Amino acid sequence: MENVGVKEVILAVVTLDGKQPASGVPVFYAKDEEERNKIALHLAKILSGMVHDLENGSYIIVRH
Amino acid sequence: MDYMAVVSVGLVMGTLGRLYLLRVDYRQYPSYPQGYIVHLALGFIAAFLGAVAVPALVAKEYTAVTFLALAAQQFREIRDMERESLKNIEETELVPRGAAYIEDIAKAFESRNYLAMLTALVASTVVEFSKKPVLGVFTGAVVILLLSLFTRRKRIRDIATVRPAEIHFQGSILCIEDIQVMNVGHPVSRKIFMEKGLAVMIEPKDDNARATLANIGQRQAIAHDVAALLGVKRDVNEVDFMPLVRIDLETGKVGLVIVPMEKDMESLIKAVRMVPVLESSRRKPLKSKAGRKASD
Repeated sequence: MENVGVKEVILAVVTLDGKQPASGVPVFYAKDEEERNKIALHLAKILSGMVHDLENGSYIIVRH
Repeated sequence: MDYMAVVSVGLVMGTLGRLYLLRVDYRQYPSYPQGYIVHLALGFIAAFLGAVAVPALVAKEYTAVTFLALAAQQFREIRDMERESLKNIEETELVPRGAAYIEDIAKAFESRNYLAMLTALVASTVVEFSKKPVLGVFTGAVVILLLSLFTRRKRIRDIATVRPAEIHFQGSILCIEDIQVMNVGHPVSRKIFMEKGLAVMIEPKDDNARATLANIGQRQAIAHDVAALLGVKRDVNEVDFMPLVRIDLETGKVGLVIVPMEKDMESLIKAVRMVPVLESSRRKPLKSKAGRKASD
C-alpha cells in the first residue's frame, strides 16, 4: 500500500471532556481550548502526527 | 568504404541521440554529472551495438548480430537499476513519487537506450549502402527527431482543463469547492491553509481522462511534480501540509491542495498542466464497447 495513506494510527487524544475515559490510547485532559490547542500542537510535533478535530471537544493525533 | 566510417557515424549519431534525450526536465532527474555519465556510457554501448550490426552482416559475420539480442537482455537491467535507485531515495522525498511514476521513469530510460541503438543502426546502414557519411548523419538526426516526437507523452493539459479553485472549511474539514479533502484539527493549521494554501481543480475532458485521473499513481505524480516545482511547506514533523489530490466521485473532477513555498497560482496551474500522463495510469474505457455503453 505504498501509494495510499491508510496506515493511520491514533497516537493520542486531547480532550476538554473530563469524562472521556483513557482506554488504549493516551488521553490528555485540557482545561480550556487554548490549552488543548497547545497540547495538541506539541504532541503533533513530537509524534510527527497530525491533529484532527472530532468537533465534540476532542482532538486526536493521528499518524498517517 | 571502410568500416571505421560506417561504425563511427552510427556510434556518434546514437550517442548524440541519447544525449539529446538526456535533459533535465520536469522530472528533475538525473541532476548530477554522475547520473549523466551512467546514462551516456550505456547509450554509447547501445549505439555501438547498433552501429556494428549492419557492417557485421555485410562482412558475413553472423555471430556478431546475435549480440544484439544479448544487448537487449542487458538493457532491461537499466529499468531495474533506475527503479531500484528511485525507490531507495523515495523515503527521503517530502512528497514521494509513488510506484507508478517510478515505473514510468524507469521505462523511459530503458526505451531511450533502444532509441540510441536504433538511431545508430539506421545511420550506419545508410552510410554502408550510400557510402556518404553526411547522408548518414542527416538520417540519424531525422530518426532522433522522429522518435522523440513519437515517444513524446501526453500531459495533463491534453486530457484535462486546470483552473483555480477555492479552499474553505466546513467545520474542521478542508474542502476544495465541493470536494472534502481532510480533517484539519489545529486552528493554526487551518489559518495557514486559508492564508497560504492554493487549490486547483482539474476537470477531465472525457471519460478516458476521468479514468486516468482517478488512478492513484497519476494523482501522486501530480502531487510530487507540483511539490518539486513550487516547493512545499512541509517537514518530517510538520505533516499537516502534505499536498493532497482528491477526486470528486460524482463528476470525476480532481482537486489539488498545496501550501507551496511560492504562492503563485499561475505557476501552479502551469506545473499541473505539464505533469506527464503516466503510461501505467492511462486508461481508455471509451475504446471498449462496455466503456462506451457505460458512458451514455
